Amino acid sequence: MTVRQWNTQAQNRAARRERAAALARGRHVASADARALLEAVLEPGDRVCLEGNNQKQADFLAKTLVSVDPARVHDLHMVQSVLALPEHLEVFERGIARKLDFSFSGPQGARLARLLGAGKLTIGAIHTYLELFGRYFTDLTPKVSLVAAQAADAAGNLYTGPNTEDTPVIVEATAFRQGIVIAQVNEIVDRLPRVDIPADWVDYVILAPTPNYIEPLFTRDPAQISEVQVLMAMMAIKGIYAEYEVNRLNHGIGFDTAAIELLLPTYAESLGLKGRICRHWALNPHPALIPAIEAGWVESVHSFGGELGMEAYTAARPDVFFTGADGSMRSNRALCQAAGHYACDMFIGSTLQIDLAGNSSTATLGRITGFGGAPNMGADARGRRHASPAWLKAGREARAGRNTIPRGQKLVVQMVETFREHMAPAFVDTLDAWELAEQAGMPLPPVMIYGEDVSHILTEEGIANLLLCRTDEEREQAIRGVAGYTPVGLGRDKRMVENLRDRGVIRRAEDLGIDKRLATRDLLAARSMKDLVRASGGLYDPPKRFRNW
Amino acid sequence: METLTFEYRGGRALAAPAAATLTGVVGSGNLEVLVEPAALDGACRVEVTTAAVGFGRIWQAVMDDFFARHPLADVQISINDVGATPAVVSLRLDQAVEAFRGGVA
Repeated sequence: MTVRQWNTQAQNRAARRERAAALARGRHVASADARALLEAVLEPGDRVCLEGNNQKQADFLAKTLVSVDPARVHDLHMVQSVLALPEHLEVFERGIARKLDFSFSGPQGARLARLLGAGKLTIGAIHTYLELFGRYFTDLTPKVSLVAAQAADAAGNLYTGPNTEDTPVIVEATAFRQGIVIAQVNEIVDRLPRVDIPADWVDYVILAPTPNYIEPLFTRDPAQISEVQVLMAMMAIKGIYAEYEVNRLNHGIGFDTAAIELLLPTYAESLGLKGRICRHWALNPHPALIPAIEAGWVESVHSFGGELGMEAYTAARPDVFFTGADGSMRSNRALCQAAGHYACDMFIGSTLQIDLAGNSSTATLGRITGFGGAPNMGADARGRRHASPAWLKAGREARAGRNTIPRGQKLVVQMVETFREHMAPAFVDTLDAWELAEQAGMPLPPVMIYGEDVSHILTEEGIANLLLCRTDEEREQAIRGVAGYTPVGLGRDKRMVENLRDRGVIRRAEDLGIDKRLATRDLLAARSMKDLVRASGGLYDPPKRFRNW
Repeated sequence: METLTFEYRGGRALAAPAAATLTGVVGSGNLEVLVEPAALDGACRVEVTTAAVGFGRIWQAVMDDFFARHPLADVQISINDVGATPAVVSLRLDQAVEAFRGGVA
């Protein structure tokens, strides 16, 4: 009888480390030996997480992985949240990697679609962040993880600073399943400001030749906010935030929601809403939120990641942002996504297409961009049990007249102008997602937010409250009724839409008592990047490309 | 360039005489709207000069809705459009008419 070995993973880990032993002094490896290190520790078919975040990128390790010998390292299975850099796809072009599980591929979406079409890779699944992180702890645990940190000390402890993002979740999954963790750092210091990742979760540290790349993804120049966006922001504040007393929320990334942030100290203040809405946020440190923070609107902000240029400002506002004992901000994508899903009463964000059932998608033909975090934030959390005024009111509206046990519901608001640029309609009979799914052989059309989770659709024409719709036909007409002059909007049943308006299912700016003459850029608390810097007392330091003065 | 003309009847004249009002700017994605009193035998006339050709049906729908919101009489509206979306057109028209009626906000 053979005795089963219970520690094969530890033995495998020891063998990998043994192959790399000559390259390391303690946990430190020279950047010139990075390729040799990867060739020593990687085995064909390994699951590998190459840290690609929304912002921080393990770019040196990405370049190094692309440079390994495909005869030695091949058929890797990449499991990473974001495909941001060209190298993230070059590993497939060079035959180093073969399979991909991911969440978001924004800038690489078109190339990903081409590579898939050319048979260069297979996709396991496109996940939301929380799903992918969940799978790190079930069946997609990385064997080798390549991560990025700001600094390391001699022992190999890591300081990730404001842009912690995915690092803790990646390292925890890998280190506690006998995997190998390799970190690139910008500097090696005697004493770290604080320890974000303890050294005994880290195998190797490499001082990268250049600091890791960080993308300023959440910076929106107020100068580009239009008057229509101001009008929509006014409707959002008066027609949704005030009515539901929304206090815990997440905002999307676009100019529509930046306009709302910039209207809090002006328009919302004039409605007497200060202290009654928008007190707690799951949000990256948006520069556009500075005027509201300075005016005393915001009690707390927990962040998925940092934002370039906001380091000194967040450090100077520790009552608002989550900061370490050293004074710098800490972020954590997994925990902030959990907060966004379970602890927030509202998600509001933009989209590219909405169909007649309210399904919302950012998929367009020829691009496989994935989802990121919107589906977790923009979905009713059916596991939620705690009550709040906003959650209870939404639940009452959705269940009125039905014989169901009382429960609450999340507010999920899709905010779009009826036409995007080049007169592309935002409302469509059929989402492009269907054709994309067929082209790419996906099991489902990639829907960002399902219609059944959407509570409100807000356009320049008004607000459609889908919670109050009782039939599929009402729902369709409520959507047509705010779809403006798109073919979907022109196809409305005018009598039914007026009836929905009488019932408050559809509300126009005039129904909300909004004076459209106020919908000008003068209502924005900051009208330029310079205004944001001034509002921060000089603490906000925008990236060069946003410095237009 | 394309020029479109719309004429509506059945509107109401303003109680007090109003002065001509110019709203908006001539810039990409934007438009300029001039609203002025005119002896049109009770009609409201809208003249659109637009850089975007082929959107006559949408202009018609935007103008029909506009007149339903603001049934004006003896008023001439001149629009100089540089590819504004219907959202911008409707907002600008509403702002222009409210300024024309009630002075500046």
